[in-house]
Amino acid sequence: MSKQIAYVRTEMLPQQAPPSTSVGAIGWMRANLFSGWLNTAITLVSLLVILTIAVEILPWVLSPTWGGTSLNECRELLAAADHGSGACWGVIRERWIQLLFGFYPPELYWRPILAFVLLALALAPILFADKVPAKLLVFSAAYPFIFPWLLWGGMIWGPLAAAAGFVLGAIAYRVVSGAFSSLLGVIAGVVVALLWWLLLSGFITGLLDSILPIGLEPVESRKFGGFMLSITIGVVAIACSLPLGIVLALGRQSDLMIVKYLCVGFIEFIRGVPLITLLFVASTLLNIFMPPGTNFDIILRVLIMVTLFASAYMAEVIRGGLAALPKGQYEGADSLGLNYWQAQRLIIMPQALKISIPGIVSTFIGVFKDTTLVSIIGLLDPLGLSNAIRADANWNGIVWELYGFIALIFFFFCFGMSRYSMYLERKLQTGHR
Amino acid sequence: MTTLTDPPKDQFRLSMLLYDTRYRSATIQVIALIAFMLLAAWLISNTAQNLAALGKPIDFGFFKEPASYDINQRLLDYTSRDSHLRAALIGLLNTLVVAVLGCATATVVGIFVGVLRLSHNWLIARLMTVYVEMFRNVPVLLWIVFIMAILIETLPAPRAFRGADAEASMLLGDSVALTNRGVYIPEPLFSRGLGDLHFLGESSLRFNVSLDLVAVLIVLAVGFWVSHIIKKRADRLQEETGVRPATWYLRLGVVLVPLLILLAILGFHLGYPELKGFNFSGGTHLRNSLIALWLALSLYTAAFIAEIVRAGIMAISKGQTEAASALGLRPNRVMGLVILPQALRVIVPPLISQYLNLTKNSSLAIAVGYMDITGTLGGITMNQTGRELECVLLLMLVYLVISLTISAVMNWYNESVKLKER
Repeated sequence: MSKQIAYVRTEMLPQQAPPSTSVGAIGWMRANLFSGWLNTAITLVSLLVILTIAVEILPWVLSPTWGGTSLNECRELLAAADHGSGACWGVIRERWIQLLFGFYPPELYWRPILAFVLLALALAPILFADKVPAKLLVFSAAYPFIFPWLLWGGMIWGPLAAAAGFVLGAIAYRVVSGAFSSLLGVIAGVVVALLWWLLLSGFITGLLDSILPIGLEPVESRKFGGFMLSITIGVVAIACSLPLGIVLALGRQSDLMIVKYLCVGFIEFIRGVPLITLLFVASTLLNIFMPPGTNFDIILRVLIMVTLFASAYMAEVIRGGLAALPKGQYEGADSLGLNYWQAQRLIIMPQALKISIPGIVSTFIGVFKDTTLVSIIGLLDPLGLSNAIRADANWNGIVWELYGFIALIFFFFCFGMSRYSMYLERKLQTGHR
Repeated sequence: MTTLTDPPKDQFRLSMLLYDTRYRSATIQVIALIAFMLLAAWLISNTAQNLAALGKPIDFGFFKEPASYDINQRLLDYTSRDSHLRAALIGLLNTLVVAVLGCATATVVGIFVGVLRLSHNWLIARLMTVYVEMFRNVPVLLWIVFIMAILIETLPAPRAFRGADAEASMLLGDSVALTNRGVYIPEPLFSRGLGDLHFLGESSLRFNVSLDLVAVLIVLAVGFWVSHIIKKRADRLQEETGVRPATWYLRLGVVLVPLLILLAILGFHLGYPELKGFNFSGGTHLRNSLIALWLALSLYTAAFIAEIVRAGIMAISKGQTEAASALGLRPNRVMGLVILPQALRVIVPPLISQYLNLTKNSSLAIAVGYMDITGTLGGITMNQTGRELECVLLLMLVYLVISLTISAVMNWYNESVKLKER
């Protein structure tokens, strides 16, 4: 009698669905929120914190005071709606335009708006090189001369004369370097441009101003304010600090001892002192350092100091990129017979700048945030304006709404910049590291 | 094989300064040096002319004049009759106080947040991301004035603490009072104290050293030293026998017992703040300006430190953790012996620059009226005496010295944790 096998399965069982506790929302929550007693406790505490904040903040934010024209009226509106405590959003409705433009003449608002729209246009071929035609780069090159003219106004001949210096220098370089050597060409270009700016341009501009007075109504610097001022300082400092930073970084890496120590000294000095002391220099000392009788604009002085400040940080970031480049790249460039500038332009800088993108963008963000410091030396940036608004009897006692609004706009810009840097990193990622 | 270089056939020509690589670098450097010296000379001569025209030659004599302004938050004694030099010294100490407090707090919060951002708990990781982005993308000056506003607007006034059924009450067993005039905390007192040592007599730089504090520090140092010896001995025994003797109670004892005995001898007790009239007295009063600056700088810098810590931990490859686990180490030993020492090498250099940033950002104290060196020397002293050049240059020098000192100390530490490559 053979042993009887009670039961033999002849086919596979169909696959069963995973237990309901390990899939879907419940499974996700078990894995990510309640995977142990510690995690459960952390989750519960976090939820409690979020709920507390939401309960405190939301009714305050959703207050029906958009139409208030003074703090008292806001309070009446709140009392009428039986809302408890709440924000007084009337101040934002009434003053948001001032927070954006400061005391810039309202009939001329189109000028800063146009300037910033054109800025976006000028930046597009640089920022999104693969999606925008490269021909726009001509406009980007012209933009630095259009920008101050639109904002400050005045005759068109001043910016044109400044641009003409570059054109003349370039022509001189072409001619001389074709006839003699490129080194003499560079020297000739610089000399011609300097001669033009220092000796001729003032005379010719004056002449043209009197013959053909084409221009915009001038606006004084003290009328600048709000986010317009922050963005102006930020954009100019960022644009000027990048080339300066590259030069300083190359100087610091160079074999020429004197050049190297001059660069090191400059960089370490600027990085060792707070920006506020440099702004004190701008507001009190810069006029003392200039020839007697010079008295130039406070915003220009601030721009100079902020640019110097940013360029030292930029130099360190780029130096990091240069140092991270493998030595083989330098040697490869040498073995191809490239000279120093060719090697820098074709081999070293494209790679070094790519490596340093995150650092460059975070320096940009830092500079843009640091523009708030100008409120300490009395310029009316958003923070300075918020004090000015509070000085108005109608809005005396407003705190949170203004700070919240300013913080939100800063967050918007800075967060946008950091996201862009991530996009750029991904785009430039060539895959081999 | 011999290499021949062309013998210098020609005479030296002027164009060789530019085209011959042997001379070109020297030419460039000489030109750079001359240009720099010309620039410096130009600036100095302008300055001299302007100062002569204004009739105020460079003179540091104003430092001896009475400052005649008050500084409410200070470490050393100071009255408005003291000199400007004394005021600057008080300001410098205030800068250092907020920098040290801020760096310590920012490090703790930053490590905490950075580790939590890597947590497997989805909610807390997102919450910490929100914290980091919120603080990194809004200017620190805005945070400082914002936190100052919170302290002033939301905390109760001291009179709210009055009466039987007061609106506000003190925290931690009636020892800490949070008011809109600042925070009052208990102060350490010694009933049988050793007194103070006075240094530098009546000069502007005079300071007192509490002998009680010195005694406590000496006892602590000796305790830690003995504890270190015990650890060394345990290490040696473990090397020799493989068995590590339990030493934690010994090590704790040699630090704590002498300290407690000393504190008992000196009659240590806490002086609690008390409501007298319309304000608190007794205890240590931390002004709102200090608290706001401290909190804002710490929270702001902590967001950056969190990112640094996260990057440092993520930079250590997973193979290290797996290898350590394969050796049989427990998770916390893996962290302590394998991951952290390697991550520190990545973390420390950027951490140094964050400490430097915090110290430099402490100059924003001027926005909330905390009298640091910028508020005294670069603020009221400069405005009262009109000596902009001297004050601003000196202010820069002070910050430069602080920055260079911090980076020197931290670089020294960095050297000591650096990978010893053979």
